Amino acid sequence: MANLLEVQQATKRFGDFTALHDVSIQVPKGSIFGLLGPNGAGKTTLIRIINQITLPDEGSVYLDGEPLKPEHIRDIGYLPEERGLYKSMKVGEQALYLARLKGLSKKEAKERLTFWFDKFEITHWWNKKIQELSKGMAQKVQFIVTVLHRPKLLIFDEPFSGFDPINANVIKDEILQLRDEGATVIFSTHRMESVEELCDHIALINKSKKILEGKVSDIKRAFKSNTFEVGLLTESNNGLYDSLKDKFNVVPADFKTIDDQLKLKITLDQDTSSNDLLRYLSERAQVMRFNEVIPGVNEIFIKTIADNE
Amino acid sequence: MSNLKLIIRREFIARVRNKTFVVMTFLSPLILVGMILLITWLATLNNDEVHKIAFFDETGLFLSDFKDVNGIDYVDYSQLTLNDAKDSVVIKKMYGLLYIPNKQSNRELAKSIQFYADEAPSISILNNIEDVIAGKLTNQNFEEKGLDLDVIENSRAKVNIQIENFSGEKTSKMSNYVKMFFGGAAGYFLMMFIIIYGNMVMRSVIEEKANRIIEIIISSVKPLQLMMGKILGTSLAGILQFAIWVILGGILLAVTTSVFGIESQSIGIEQSLTLQEDNQQEVQLLLQDIMKLPLGTLVVSFLVYFIGGYFLYSSIYAAIGAAVDSETDSQQFMLPIILPLMLGIYVGFFSVIENPHGTVSTVFSMIPLTSPIVMLMRIPFGVHWWEVVISILLLIGSIIFMVWLAGRIYRVGILMYGKKPTYKELFKWLKY
Repeated sequence: MANLLEVQQATKRFGDFTALHDVSIQVPKGSIFGLLGPNGAGKTTLIRIINQITLPDEGSVYLDGEPLKPEHIRDIGYLPEERGLYKSMKVGEQALYLARLKGLSKKEAKERLTFWFDKFEITHWWNKKIQELSKGMAQKVQFIVTVLHRPKLLIFDEPFSGFDPINANVIKDEILQLRDEGATVIFSTHRMESVEELCDHIALINKSKKILEGKVSDIKRAFKSNTFEVGLLTESNNGLYDSLKDKFNVVPADFKTIDDQLKLKITLDQDTSSNDLLRYLSERAQVMRFNEVIPGVNEIFIKTIADNE
Repeated sequence: MSNLKLIIRREFIARVRNKTFVVMTFLSPLILVGMILLITWLATLNNDEVHKIAFFDETGLFLSDFKDVNGIDYVDYSQLTLNDAKDSVVIKKMYGLLYIPNKQSNRELAKSIQFYADEAPSISILNNIEDVIAGKLTNQNFEEKGLDLDVIENSRAKVNIQIENFSGEKTSKMSNYVKMFFGGAAGYFLMMFIIIYGNMVMRSVIEEKANRIIEIIISSVKPLQLMMGKILGTSLAGILQFAIWVILGGILLAVTTSVFGIESQSIGIEQSLTLQEDNQQEVQLLLQDIMKLPLGTLVVSFLVYFIGGYFLYSSIYAAIGAAVDSETDSQQFMLPIILPLMLGIYVGFFSVIENPHGTVSTVFSMIPLTSPIVMLMRIPFGVHWWEVVISILLLIGSIIFMVWLAGRIYRVGILMYGKKPTYKELFKWLKY
């Protein structure tokens, strides 16, 4: 799969402070790419470089194989984390203004806005001023303006902040649909559950350096420790626990069941397969639960950062 | 439509639609005309007030000399005793009592005249009294020395120097004031425009920062483009406002003078008649002088310096707006704007009128931050064309530099929140 966006060894310094150090990322076409990292890691700086708001001191950025140039602004839609709208301007007017700044003609902008306003059922807001709308309402308008010019690359910085769960879902579905229609999405957030749900690729930035990048499935595979969570029904829980402890690396586990099970997490060494374990267990107890423990993005995030400290 | 045009259009509409802007546009001429009417009315009110002054003349010399004049009625209390006169003045709430004691010599008398009053009398009234007494005493002195008053009066010389330049053109003595008026008005107007609309540019930048819309916009347009759009859009709104002020003010003045003006007109005719009797030639020369001013140069240079000065300062205003989070924080950066503007005005009014081609005036008409104001004031006095060219070139050069500098600060500043920047920090931003 070709990459829509490639950042190569980007470095950005502000005086003595290095905001971004030698960061490279590859965003495949049609993917949803999660840009993760703690506060102040340099995510926003990287996003601003991609948007040509700031220029990198070193390194280069390629969009669709071409070095980034001013005309590419129209191929990118950016929803910044710090976002707002003109308070005293009418909703329709400023949506039109922002759309035209992205190069749409007045007629085109109006048509597309009508479509989106209908879709979100907010047509009656057209002549309202932003100060009359709630924060979530304003966010919807901002979302529309971001995607209106049908950019190849969409960049969302914390897109769900300020939305209630229902509207967050609406926005999530829209993002997925845009991806299906061919857009590539970069997604910067702290909310790991939405990363888990949406992203197929991630990059993790900490203290101005990229410390992890790749397909989510590959990363998870690399991070899994051959651990299985099992639930067993036995005659004597303690007896089995003791004999298992001798043979495997076992720790008690905790999950909800309706009957009294022996709940364990068993980590296998390289030589033992899951089938070996299952065979061993099925001879001694009734196996009610048997599944591999796959690390969540959240765990990976915390673990990687802790390892890097 | 290009992005710059879009931004200019939005800024213009945003300014013009603003409620304060609308109110100010239509209220200011009303307030101004109202003020003029109020001042005129107050002045006539003051003139109508008549002060009663009693005099107690022991010498009996001046009894016939104190004639009622405009605003002063004299009452003769010389028949009473001094104490009775004082009491009477107090009881009748008169303005004061003039006491002229009997003395041996006129010299002594001149020193010992007294004026009793609760409040210090106004200078114009004192002058009037002093003039009357001094005139009388001087004439007496002349007579004592055996001089004929008529002869003295006839031998008084009256001098009126005619000013003429080397090519034989006559000019009025008022000429310099005329030039100063035109130059001063242009300079002052420019200063006001810079302060009012520069501030508007700054507020508009701060508003975008505070609304957090700035990052959305600069993901579509270059910061410099946005800054220029703001400056241009706001200046268009400013020009519109000034045009409305001039037109409305003109109409209102015309209307008010035609309604209330009959009285003042008659006074005006009287005055101009007397003026003409005295200085008919002078007035004609004055009109000639106005016609002879380099009006074409004046208009062109006004436009150049007006646009140049406004651009120079409003880019500084824009940079300040970008550097701060709120208008209150901007105060610390106002000095670099207000100081040169004030300097320009003061140099203009004190140096240029005294010596329009002196070193101080010339230097300040070259320094870009003061040149728009000072040069505008100098031009009516006739400035060598090469001086104007150098000054304009310097101005253009510094505008380019300042826009570049402001653009750098602007670019960084608009994305900075929560920090109160210092000058040192602004300097660091230039290198980002």
